[in-house]
Amino acid sequence: MKLLTNKTTRSNTITYAVVVISFVLLQLWSGAGMSSSLKGMLVPICAYVVMALSLNLTVGVLGELSLGHAGFMSVGAFTGTTAAMALAQSIPSDGLRLAIAMVVGALFAAIAGFLIGIPVLRLRGDYLAIVTLAFGEIIKSIFTNLYVGFDGGLRVSLLSNQTGIADNDLIIRGPMGIGGITKISTFVAGFVLIMLTLIVIFNLVNSRSGRAIMALRDNRIAAESVGIPVTKYKMMAFVISAALAGAAGTLFGLNYSTVVANKFDFNTSILILVFVVLGGQGRMLGSIIAAAALTILPEVLREFADYRMLVYAIVLILVMIFTNNPTIKGFFTRLFSKKQEGGANQ
Amino acid sequence: MNIFDSLISGISLGSIYAIIALGYTMVYGIAKMLNFAHGDVIMVGAYICFYTFTGGLMSFLPAVPPYAAILIAVVVCTLLGMLIERLAYKPLRTAPSLAVLITAIGVSYFLQNAALLLWTSNPKVFPSFFNFGGNTNIELGGLRISYVTIVTIIVSAVIMVALTLFTSYSKTGKAMRACSEDKGAAQLMGINVNTTISITFAIGSGLAAIAGVLLCSAYPTLVPTTGSMPGIKAFTAAVFGGIGSIPGAMLGGLLLGVIEIFSKAYISTQLSDAIVFAVLIVVLLVKPTGLLGKPIREKV
Amino acid sequence: MSETPILECRRLGIDFGGLTAVDEFDLTVGRREIAGLIGPNGAGKTTVFNLLTKVYKPTRGTIMLDGVDTHGMTTVQVNRAGIARTFQNIRLFNNLTVEDNVKLGQHNHINYGLWSGLFRLPSYWREEKAAHERALDLLSIFDMQDMADAKAGSLPYGAQRRLEIVRALATEPKILLLDEPAAGMNPSETAELMENIRKIRDTFSIAVLLIEHDMKLVMGICENITVVNFGKIIAKGTAEQIQNDPVVIEAYLGKKEA
Repeated sequence: MKLLTNKTTRSNTITYAVVVISFVLLQLWSGAGMSSSLKGMLVPICAYVVMALSLNLTVGVLGELSLGHAGFMSVGAFTGTTAAMALAQSIPSDGLRLAIAMVVGALFAAIAGFLIGIPVLRLRGDYLAIVTLAFGEIIKSIFTNLYVGFDGGLRVSLLSNQTGIADNDLIIRGPMGIGGITKISTFVAGFVLIMLTLIVIFNLVNSRSGRAIMALRDNRIAAESVGIPVTKYKMMAFVISAALAGAAGTLFGLNYSTVVANKFDFNTSILILVFVVLGGQGRMLGSIIAAAALTILPEVLREFADYRMLVYAIVLILVMIFTNNPTIKGFFTRLFSKKQEGGANQ
Repeated sequence: MNIFDSLISGISLGSIYAIIALGYTMVYGIAKMLNFAHGDVIMVGAYICFYTFTGGLMSFLPAVPPYAAILIAVVVCTLLGMLIERLAYKPLRTAPSLAVLITAIGVSYFLQNAALLLWTSNPKVFPSFFNFGGNTNIELGGLRISYVTIVTIIVSAVIMVALTLFTSYSKTGKAMRACSEDKGAAQLMGINVNTTISITFAIGSGLAAIAGVLLCSAYPTLVPTTGSMPGIKAFTAAVFGGIGSIPGAMLGGLLLGVIEIFSKAYISTQLSDAIVFAVLIVVLLVKPTGLLGKPIREKV
Repeated sequence: MSETPILECRRLGIDFGGLTAVDEFDLTVGRREIAGLIGPNGAGKTTVFNLLTKVYKPTRGTIMLDGVDTHGMTTVQVNRAGIARTFQNIRLFNNLTVEDNVKLGQHNHINYGLWSGLFRLPSYWREEKAAHERALDLLSIFDMQDMADAKAGSLPYGAQRRLEIVRALATEPKILLLDEPAAGMNPSETAELMENIRKIRDTFSIAVLLIEHDMKLVMGICENITVVNFGKIIAKGTAEQIQNDPVVIEAYLGKKEA
């Protein structure tokens, strides 16, 4: 069937293959002498990869800049972890509990995405970006002041602990976040989540809804002129993106013994955006590689000790200049491709 | 704190936001980019002022009086702003806006981490420049107001008036407005666009140094990340007022400062940031291009 | 009893601030009619298209589409009700393939939802296959099947204009609005386009309203022509009537010196 032989399908298959092969190799390596610090990074890498993929859905596929993506990760981390802790007695299987927690995290993040999307998606361009930033900060403030406990039913209070449960027995303890988490996230779970994310994104992009989303990105006015409702499809992309980020947040949260809201601040949102832009907007394999490489990079640069973040910043600036400056880009294009493709536009 | 105290400190904080927001808005107006490194220029300005005053910037340099220290900070930041523009942003003049944004973030990381290496993460206690006769406060009709507050409000008022006059009447100021309206047309009229953009960065960064000194005089803890949060808030203020608009930045900054102090005083200290951002969202919903921003009609 | 016209505007007008861009605009387009809208640059022709498609909300007047008042409808609703258009400054989905551009035109005629798409349920395969075949069919009008996999933005100018027409047709309109379809085309391409516009009208039995500066095309295929200047109608009639109308000649060439 022709649908299966086109260029997109081939590149999607390559992406799946890269993920599966990387997983198998890393899994083999982790059983045979991988350093413990690298082992500890496997789950966070998976979480960041999913974050980058989901943000790429908003930035690359929908074409809207979001500066608050860490907010959805935060929602997923807090709600998913709370669910996992509340269900610790009733569901003894770690794997099942993790899966349910991720669904809970994704669901709450999707709800947050929907509520935020109502005002956000009415705005355009930089204004939309600044409002996502604002929501990211609001979510952070709320979780910093949230107190949640479980005594058969969920007890929630804001600003101070009025749940009637002792501070030490709370699940979410305001600025101290969640403590005493049983780590149930695994590399295998992270791999499965990445694969699911890829399936969702690729299948979406190649479907009627995905086409409509990309049409909005390319030309909103033309999209409306062929009968594509703007808000519906913007919202669809935004909510799916938020849900995936929520699941990643849960995976991330359940990998540590404590989770605090400050972990998911503006800088985290920016970090994820950097993965997306460096990997290439709309390019999923690029996001995966950029997220994995840049998460490991500070670890690799450990030799440079104090200089590593400085080097990171310089690398970032140079990559942007080298990939975007017309003169430099033109030079490399001439260097690497003998024949120029005709009919290029814009 | 009574309501009048809150208002005064709100205006004072708002004045600082306004000065920072001016830098964001001028650069946005002319280069159509969000200069995320602007907040970190504030921090650099504060450090330069701190070290030239205490004499620790370079071992052979003597300590200088406060006003010389402030002046040096302004000069250094002005040059720094122009240097950043020349090295990092100018090569990307025609690049997609996201690429420029990421570069700006890279510059921001760079400044923060360079500051971390040079000046460590140990907090510095910023000296109080603004005391007269040993007093840091003045009694005015039963109110105790700090000199920092008074100086901040006066300085920002002067800056705002000067900048308004500059952009309205001077040749360079008019060139700046022309470039922000239409770069191509400005160039055809014989305006040197590159020089104009460079001047804009210079002015914005010089103002950032002043904002840094005022900010650290009011809130004297200085660390390499000092500029981040005020930077984000001032950026929000610029959007709040209508990004690209100079009076908008002033209004946005002042309102943001007042809202922040009032929500701290009367609603909740912990949630004040959330409230500030919630107000921003509401404003943008009612007026999608900010308080004083011009609506843009898309040509079909 | 006469048929209801497919499109009927009465006293349509719009003000931008204090400026009246279009005023007292009356137009009737019959079924299977090819109508022309001409006038000097800046006369308000494209604004009329923007009013018909609700890109701008009319300040005054009514638009009846196949007997239905489109008052209060959005661009999307108007398209679903049967108006499709092309744009003067081409607006394609440049990063998508030619085929995807056409499939986007079919958007409201492809019947499966988000979940069928995400999980590739049988309805996904069935509908996508049908959409694929339909897209190639439509592209064949302009002999463009071979370009189906190319990026729309990489097509030559003329092909982009033709693709816009195909995309508009894919929405299954009752009336097709073409904004300067022959702009940038050479005489032989224009002649071919004329044939194709007629063919489209006959095959799909729809009405066509077109804005065009190429008088050969307008006079060649338009059964009725409306001339606007400064936002108002200055003449109406057949090609022959228009060509000899002194008001029209004056609008285009200026007043004859005595």
